[in-house]
Amino acid sequence: MFGWEFPPHILGGLGTASFGLTKGIVENGDMDITFVIPKPWGDEPKEYAKIIGANTTPVVWRDVNWDHVQSRIGNVMDPQLYYDLRNHIYSDFNYLHTNDLGCIEFSGRYPDNLLEELNNYSIVAGVIARTVDFDVIHSHDWLTYPAGIHAKQVTGKPFVIHVHATDFDRSRGNVNPTVFAIEKDGMNFADHIITVSNLTRRTVIEKYGIDPSKVSTVHNAVEPLSEEYLNVTVPPKHDKVVTFLGRITMQKGPEYFVEAAAQVLQKVKNVQFVMAGGGDMMEKMIRLAARRGIAERFHFAGFLKGKQVYEMLKASDVFIMPSVSEPFGISPLEAMQMGVPSIISKQSGCAEILNNVIKVDYWDIDAMANAIYSIITYPAMYRELSEHGLAEVDQIRWKYAGKKCIDIYKRLIH
Amino acid sequence: MTAICFYFQIHQPFRLKNYRFFDIGNDHYYYDDFANDEIITRIARRSYLPANQMLLDMIKENGKKFKVAFSISGTALEQLELYVPEFIDSMKELAATGCVEFLSETYAHSLSALEDVEEFVAQVKAHDEKIYQIFGQKPKVFRNTELIYSDDIAAMVSSMGFKGAITDGAKHILGWKSPNYLYNSAAAPKLKLLLKNAKLSDDIAFRFSNTEWASYPLTADKYIDWISQLPQEEQIVNLFMNYETFGELQPEHSGIFNFMKALPRFAAEKGVQFWTPSEIMTKLKPVSELTVPSPISWADEARDTSAWLGNMLQQEAVKKLYSIGERVRLCNDKRIKQDWNYLQASDHFFYMSTKHNSDGNVHSHYSPYDSPYTAFTNYMNVLSDFMIRVEAQYPSDIDNEELSALLLTIKNQAEEIEALNREVELMRNNIVKDLTGDFADDKPAPKKAEPKKEEKAECKKAPAKKCAAKKAPAKKAAKKAEK
Repeated sequence: MFGWEFPPHILGGLGTASFGLTKGIVENGDMDITFVIPKPWGDEPKEYAKIIGANTTPVVWRDVNWDHVQSRIGNVMDPQLYYDLRNHIYSDFNYLHTNDLGCIEFSGRYPDNLLEELNNYSIVAGVIARTVDFDVIHSHDWLTYPAGIHAKQVTGKPFVIHVHATDFDRSRGNVNPTVFAIEKDGMNFADHIITVSNLTRRTVIEKYGIDPSKVSTVHNAVEPLSEEYLNVTVPPKHDKVVTFLGRITMQKGPEYFVEAAAQVLQKVKNVQFVMAGGGDMMEKMIRLAARRGIAERFHFAGFLKGKQVYEMLKASDVFIMPSVSEPFGISPLEAMQMGVPSIISKQSGCAEILNNVIKVDYWDIDAMANAIYSIITYPAMYRELSEHGLAEVDQIRWKYAGKKCIDIYKRLIH
Repeated sequence: MTAICFYFQIHQPFRLKNYRFFDIGNDHYYYDDFANDEIITRIARRSYLPANQMLLDMIKENGKKFKVAFSISGTALEQLELYVPEFIDSMKELAATGCVEFLSETYAHSLSALEDVEEFVAQVKAHDEKIYQIFGQKPKVFRNTELIYSDDIAAMVSSMGFKGAITDGAKHILGWKSPNYLYNSAAAPKLKLLLKNAKLSDDIAFRFSNTEWASYPLTADKYIDWISQLPQEEQIVNLFMNYETFGELQPEHSGIFNFMKALPRFAAEKGVQFWTPSEIMTKLKPVSELTVPSPISWADEARDTSAWLGNMLQQEAVKKLYSIGERVRLCNDKRIKQDWNYLQASDHFFYMSTKHNSDGNVHSHYSPYDSPYTAFTNYMNVLSDFMIRVEAQYPSDIDNEELSALLLTIKNQAEEIEALNREVELMRNNIVKDLTGDFADDKPAPKKAEPKKEEKAECKKAPAKKCAAKKAPAKKAAKKAEK
């Protein structure tokens, strides 16, 4: 598998989903996974997949001894693998900037020279594809499609791409032509395309012109929460708390949340609104909240990660995700795991599989405000959504998603 | 097999409009007039009116041997009076044939039998009065909202003077017994029970036009054949269904009307008669007692009350609603009384069901909302406003007993004041007559002092204006008389 993020060092939902699926596949048994990421940190969970870092894969032959390799990258990779990979360097990449081990540096993030990093990742993939023995290539999201294509060209093995999002979701329609071209290329080369929702499946078919027969939906799932997260404690609070958790970008529809909050606050006073996350629309949202005169009740909590997320959820009475376009949207499932009633937009992929949530159109501020009011005012509403939501999300498991993936692999191999 | 008993339910709720939390305390009109008008008019055109015509024809053709029973909820009657008055006329015409029996039920098609005994009794009375007022019939057989029935309800209904009730032949109650007999209640032995034959009723109501059904197409002779082949000792087949089966659930082009019209002829051939519920109860003797400890109904797979009270949303909404029942009954405000009725319709709670699968499909088919959560939110917003209005009439810090005592005192005093006023008036006239010298009587003299004291006391209590107003005309009258 080629991926860009892997827990615990994640920047968005992609890493969580890639890991969940990996684990889900392994739980079904009889499947070994090699997972390639740009830059491992050494603390990634290793029990489900062998992790290879693109930044520790040599593309230029350097004469280095075992001890040196061990001291440099021993925390993330077995030195023997380094030598195996070094034996499969297939071309002269001396023109590239490489380090003392003959490896290319990766940031593993989303830097400004992302396209250059993508290209390097694809070069590295060529080495790995020649070294590692495998039956199927699986690429997570557009960043790794070129690497997957390369691996397919080298080995002729079936190539699956996993569409976690398309550029139509990220840009509300103003597609970046370069990204579109990479996505389209990946889809054309793929033997099968897995999408995270039917919504995304339609996008792939309609906007990218892909044959529907090679596109399948495998909905995302969630990991059961650890005791640590389930039992987080929060200080006692006096007000109801309504929470938005996610990147503050156009795609997530933050402005509809602010408007709905303003409506609710006209009627009830003992409620606080929290927008947790960072993004390019944050300042605009702060200004909007101030303009609506609700700044003292509307808080920006910044980017939360790990345990902080669950502390925030634990303190919440309502979770809201008004995304304009959400291929799947895993955060409402996490909120439900914490027993928080959730309001999601009908334009979210997860709306396809969730029943015990309130679904509204992202633009329908009235309905959103009405739903928030209802949950914080009528105890039965809160309890019904909380208890049934918990029971429902408990049945959405990666293992089932993994099974579907395996079935797709098997069809491609035989 | 001796007889078929047809019973049709007609009910429509007053659906609520989209009522936002902003409206609470501001907007006191709750109903979606457009939807209510549109739906009842559509169903009446497609179903109620042609079906009435069908029944009328059948009765005329068969020399009054064809009989049916109806239960029409008060809210449906109100909507029909308002939007489809021609239906009321057509129903009156049917009633005039003498072949139609009207059954009793709660006015609002409510769950009051389960929640509020006092309200239940009041609603049944109100409904039966309305039926009498329109159709001139006093219902003798009771059928509760969606055939909800239990031992407790049987006891209530029996004590209200009904000789029988109809309910569902739920399998978990009947066990090996057949629904094709007359039973009586174990809790109230005098109350006779008719049970719905689910298979034969649903053959018409749900399966008639289903082409995948093994018995499709269903014809009248085939259907009557099935019935006549039932064991000889089984006495009745109770075919209970929604009236909109004809023309709405089973569209006209499915041939449902012609199927019905052909039934009496084949029935006559096989010697099967048509009886109304009270006719059965007079003619037949109950074969056995039925015990129903927890409520049953004809809804959903479970045949219990979970269609309306199955989840927390529904329970909370119903509990909140009936928590103010006693208070509302103390009110005299007509609009509050009316809203109280409309808000009790069981349909509102039906829409809040979170059941899935085939039951869930039925719930969402009838629901005007896109989800049970929206249904709950909307209803609770309306109820919040309604409760504010009730509160405004009588603040909740006075408890019901105290309030009812106060109201009684006020009522008694009002009556007393009126009586005394009359007396004063009489006295005044006598005084006038005294002064003009028409009469000379000793007796009024000591009495004169008494009423005057009373009058002063009253003036303190009553608003000053009223007192002055009452005095003024009296003085004028006196002056006139002097002149």
